[in-house]
Amino acid sequence: MSGCTERVYNGLVKENPTFVLMLGMCPTLAVTTSAINGAGMGLSTTVVLVLSNMLISMLRKIIPDSLRIPAFIVVVASFVTIVQFLLQGFVPTLYDALGLYIPLIVVNCIILGRAESYASKNGVLLSIFDGVGMGLGFTVGLTAIGIVRELIGAGKIFGYQLLPLADEAAGKGGYVPVTIFILAPGAFLVLAGLTALQNKVKNNAKKKGKKVVETASCGEGCASCTNSACGGKVFPTGNEE
Amino acid sequence: MKELLIIAIGSALVNNVVLSQFLGICPFLGVSKKVETASGMGGAVIFVITIASFFAGLIYKFILAPLHFEYLQTIVFILVIAALVQFVEMFLKKAMPSLYNALGVYLPLITTNCAVLGVALANVQKEYSLLQGVINGIGISVGFAIAIVILAGIREKMEYNDVSESFQGTPIVLITSALMAIAFFGFSGLI
Repeated sequence: MSGCTERVYNGLVKENPTFVLMLGMCPTLAVTTSAINGAGMGLSTTVVLVLSNMLISMLRKIIPDSLRIPAFIVVVASFVTIVQFLLQGFVPTLYDALGLYIPLIVVNCIILGRAESYASKNGVLLSIFDGVGMGLGFTVGLTAIGIVRELIGAGKIFGYQLLPLADEAAGKGGYVPVTIFILAPGAFLVLAGLTALQNKVKNNAKKKGKKVVETASCGEGCASCTNSACGGKVFPTGNEE
Repeated sequence: MKELLIIAIGSALVNNVVLSQFLGICPFLGVSKKVETASGMGGAVIFVITIASFFAGLIYKFILAPLHFEYLQTIVFILVIAALVQFVEMFLKKAMPSLYNALGVYLPLITTNCAVLGVALANVQKEYSLLQGVINGIGISVGFAIAIVILAGIREKMEYNDVSESFQGTPIVLITSALMAIAFFGFSGLI
């Protein structure tokens, strides 16, 4: 397997940001009320991630080490602003649906995390493919959660009415949607189910003696986040103990 | 005055920042093992969000808006917040060591707490005045503190429960949060 396809596979499966690393939980929970919103958020993040990985990788020899985190933040925030205006101009419905969460892509741990741990150390082409892999992994994760919530909560998938709804007045039997799944608590419930499933798979793998990737960020709290971009000091003060 | 009260209650309880807006999920799940640390984190968040929403509002009103640089808001806000958090940390260390000892460990974690940037951006989006923005910030951060302390209290009790193997750790915490979110729906009748 060549380096580039290996990066994509790594992002999609081995280190999937949603299911394996559990990074970027805020958008994961907030925008997955429908599959379309989840996919839109995932793709916007992918675009930002690919572009910022590319630029940071190009500039990795110019950016001084002590100023790298503020530099990364400026690069990421600029691309987020560009993506925000493009969405506003060309896909206004998605822009309205995602709202505040588009500018908040800046503080998504995945992006600064990849910049710090991959793009600032590797070549341009590999960094681009790393961004593609991680971004698509995130998109798949969000879309999957979106599909589950939309199907249970409204009987639809991608806006298409999959399960015919019950109609009391006409005496027609059918699916009664569990509205709570498209409301806030549903996000927690679906994610709880998914992480429980993941724990089950991991426990089984452990019993068979296989090595498993440990959940990095949110399960343990950002305090244990391995890269300094999440939770570390942003500007070097020079008097750290 | 009445309007300010409505903003504060609305952002603290009705549209709770964690349970219905999903901002600041990471510290909510990560630093909620003990009531003591959770209240420390809550205090630090109240402190930082109040100051950050004031400074972000100030910069937006008097620098970005008059010069028509509104499109730079995301970049400027995140840098201001990052710098502010470090400045607050240094200031507390020198001037108020007792407060620093209580909150210090949590301060660096707050930069990547999306609630801080979220408040600054929401204030601009809702066209709040400077005072309204600060009140909104206080409301949101108090809401965060309430939610994280309640969750920590429940988690302390849950230590003694027999949770099935797959649900140990994050899943059971997420289910607890879901139940809390349902309970917080009850506040929507307040306004």
